[in-house]
Amino acid sequence: MAIYTENEARRIMEKALSFSTADACEINLSGSESGNIRYARNSVSTSGHRSNQTLVVQSNFGKRSGTATIDEFDDESLKRVVARAEELAKLSPENPEFMEPLGPQSYDSSVSFVQATADIAPEYRAEVANSSIAPAMAKDVTAAGFLNDSSSFSAMLNSNGLFAYNKETNANFTVTMRTNDGTGSGWVTRDYNDIAKFDAAEASKIAIDKAVMSREAKAIEPGKYTVILEPSAAQGLLNGLQYALDARQADEGRSFMSKEGGNKMGDKIVDERVNIWSDPLHPDAPTATWNGAGQPLKKTIWIENGVVKNLAYSRYWAEQKGVDPLPSPSNFIMAGGDASLDELIKSTKKGILVTRLWYIRSVDPQTLLYTGLTRDGTFYIENGAIKHPVKNFRFNESPIIMLNNLETLGEQARVDGNLIPYMKIRDFTFTSLSDAV
Amino acid sequence: MKRRDFVQLTGLGAGALLLPSTMMGNSIPAEALLSPGMDIVVKKRMADVALNTAKSMGATYADARIGRYLNQYVFTREDKVQNVVNTESFGIGIRVIANGTWGFASTNSVTEDGIKKATEQAVAIAKANSKFQKEPVKLAPVIGQGEVSWKTAVKKDFKDVPVSEKVDLLLRANSAALQNGANFVNSALFMVNEQKYFASTDGSYIDQDIHRIWPTFGVTAVDQGAGKFKTRQAMSAPMGMGYEYMDGLDSEKLDGAAGLKLYRNSYDMVEDATIAAQQAKEMLNAKSVDPGKYDLVLEPNHLGLTIHESVGHPTELDRVLGYEANYAGTSFATMDKWKSGDFKYGSDIVNIVADKTQPGSLGAVGYDDEGVKCKKWDIIRNGILVNYQAIRDQVNMIDQNESHGCCYAQSWNDVQFQRMPNISLEAGKDPYSIDQMIKDVEKGIYIAGRGSYSIDQQRYNFQFGGTVFYEIKNGEIVGMLNDVAYQSNTQEFWNSCVKICDQNDYRLFGSFFDGKGQPSQISAVSHGSSTSRFNDINVINTGRTI
Repeated sequence: MAIYTENEARRIMEKALSFSTADACEINLSGSESGNIRYARNSVSTSGHRSNQTLVVQSNFGKRSGTATIDEFDDESLKRVVARAEELAKLSPENPEFMEPLGPQSYDSSVSFVQATADIAPEYRAEVANSSIAPAMAKDVTAAGFLNDSSSFSAMLNSNGLFAYNKETNANFTVTMRTNDGTGSGWVTRDYNDIAKFDAAEASKIAIDKAVMSREAKAIEPGKYTVILEPSAAQGLLNGLQYALDARQADEGRSFMSKEGGNKMGDKIVDERVNIWSDPLHPDAPTATWNGAGQPLKKTIWIENGVVKNLAYSRYWAEQKGVDPLPSPSNFIMAGGDASLDELIKSTKKGILVTRLWYIRSVDPQTLLYTGLTRDGTFYIENGAIKHPVKNFRFNESPIIMLNNLETLGEQARVDGNLIPYMKIRDFTFTSLSDAV
Repeated sequence: MKRRDFVQLTGLGAGALLLPSTMMGNSIPAEALLSPGMDIVVKKRMADVALNTAKSMGATYADARIGRYLNQYVFTREDKVQNVVNTESFGIGIRVIANGTWGFASTNSVTEDGIKKATEQAVAIAKANSKFQKEPVKLAPVIGQGEVSWKTAVKKDFKDVPVSEKVDLLLRANSAALQNGANFVNSALFMVNEQKYFASTDGSYIDQDIHRIWPTFGVTAVDQGAGKFKTRQAMSAPMGMGYEYMDGLDSEKLDGAAGLKLYRNSYDMVEDATIAAQQAKEMLNAKSVDPGKYDLVLEPNHLGLTIHESVGHPTELDRVLGYEANYAGTSFATMDKWKSGDFKYGSDIVNIVADKTQPGSLGAVGYDDEGVKCKKWDIIRNGILVNYQAIRDQVNMIDQNESHGCCYAQSWNDVQFQRMPNISLEAGKDPYSIDQMIKDVEKGIYIAGRGSYSIDQQRYNFQFGGTVFYEIKNGEIVGMLNDVAYQSNTQEFWNSCVKICDQNDYRLFGSFFDGKGQPSQISAVSHGSSTSRFNDINVINTGRTI
């Protein structure tokens, strides 16, 4: 097994540290066990299992640092990897941005590991595939899907007395259902720390229903539309906002968050109903309680009532600016409302329901403008009901403009480790039509 | 593709550069890159352990790939070295057919015991998965190659060049950019050496030594007062070459339109960084484009990405068949279109070839990762779709009996599958220069370098940006433009191709980290072309006020 207990990890790292002759030394040990199954054309195409462990040593002499890695942990190997890191450090140029390793920290106990996920067996994965393929075949639909589950640990020890350990499990599932006449496509994604929350048949049914419903889509003119974005669709654009929360890029004048003389901290940038935070202990989207630099992760508010409350400061940049360091978010939680998807549809006079956005790429980092396309279930809503499927659109839109044009917030759902609400947005910009199904 | 699968590196331009974490391997000192690795005699013996074990367990076919993957990456910003990474990854991947079904397993224990165990696991997986198999795997025949070898023809092995020389070059490029008005510059040098040994039950023992290199940078100019910033990316291309690509030979430089310097088989990084800084500053005050229809003049380092997305991916047979439906998507270039024999993918002058042999290209190897000798074949001839990209277990589905030789795995640890060969647009047959092309355009835009790119899951609708844009009016370049992106439909776009410059303008564009599959694997691929003209393309203005 690649997953070491806290004591096993500590023992290995302490041994490695005992060989260090550098001014400072930091050791990271991590390992994971993961399994996957992939299917397409209603048949399993590949399945696999991976196991790996890595120990990374970073040694420092003054501001010179060197890093070496190894996947064997006997005494001789540990001695060798520490010696290599020290050799590399001595050869390296000085890094003026080098920061001393942190001293001892206190971390919250994380809730990111669930034994049931770590216990997943190949038979379970085959059953997941079958839960997609069997109902698909019954509806004249073809399933293509992927399940990947993993359990992992990471640990850190340094010469200044810091020790950290975390265990985590994750399961990610996606399935695309296409009608056999090639005119309809549906998709669904699920991800959990706890596999017990996953119902493959329920998820697959949503994708099958969307595939069948999206047959014979009609073309409507591109332009500005009210849209209901499912959480997956919204997440695609919010990613861009998440990566813009870096203070250094902002202060250097090369980010959406830049402004003359500094950054947009304290500025209202989106609708006042927008509240975004990160929380490693959130029971529905937990993460480790420390990051790769050994900094504790705590609940942090990024946007409050539409105002930028915090930007992330690396230890180096915080020192330059005379502020406290603040780690980047490990997840993204956006407050939702009470409205269900059905209620959002019912309250819409004319609009488009978007299942997901695809091939999202930055067009202009200055305005956080992104382009991409709708995919796998795009529907026209009129007078509170879905009227018919529509052909897919290309969009050119910024999450900032999107969150300024907020109409209604709906219920939250987990997407890729984040919690994102359904949202109704007015004047969302579609710039052309796509024939893709 | 999930971001957590990637190592994030800051600042190379618009977005952060994301590197697949699988590329990292184990860190080693630079000198260790030079150690010769396992002797070929031992490799053959080890490979035979896998093949014999597989056969004794009832496998009808087996192949073994012993791979040593060496990477060296250097990252700098302004006057600082951010990181120098040397990595090595060594192991064996064994693929078998048992009960008509594929099985694969890998191990980093390249010993008789380790290989036996992995082979047993591969056969067990094949037998277990055969319960779900609808049709047995049909492999196109391959004649055993015997004991053969192939090497990228490098003049300077990057492993022989001291790290300090590489760092010096990047820092000189950074300094040139800063002296010419840049506020920030990030630069990087990626160097890869794949030492691959392939053996199969067909009687092939193939030893290959493959090299790739990619120098790149992002130069940013900031106007704090106006609250604006612009980044100009490098005009380099990743190449299947050695460190000689960094020589900056004058003989390999070409003059583009608007005073651009462009590079063929040799790159002058300091010169490019100098020009980049000047252009990044110029971009801050360039005119915002008027949206509408324009004739586009597309430079090869730009057009290569358009070829990649709109011809390369849609003609991958596994996409056409639906194997990638849940990830990258399917394809508009369906079998019925190909079978019709008259599907007009592009205009009559559009000839697109797949080529795994082109010297200097990223995709060039002697043999693919299932032991098939590499070749060149037509994808589009005189505008008509004539073939796909397919490997041994796929060609029977298009009524062919010879693999195209484009099977690849990113490492010994991953199973090989169909990957894009170099896909290139043939140069125009008649003499025609970039200057003549510009002269012939009344209302157009000249676009050089890669930029933002996005295309739908069946490869109909796309939107591309670029690195630099120049307005053409009545046969002359009249100035730089900002906020340009063009949107088109693949078939309409290629049918609007009216002129292609001649062979003198032909160059390679490359993609170093092309992703495909679940779990995702990367591969490197080149796309050659000469500057080409496309009439009446829809250009949008991407500027926004917030």
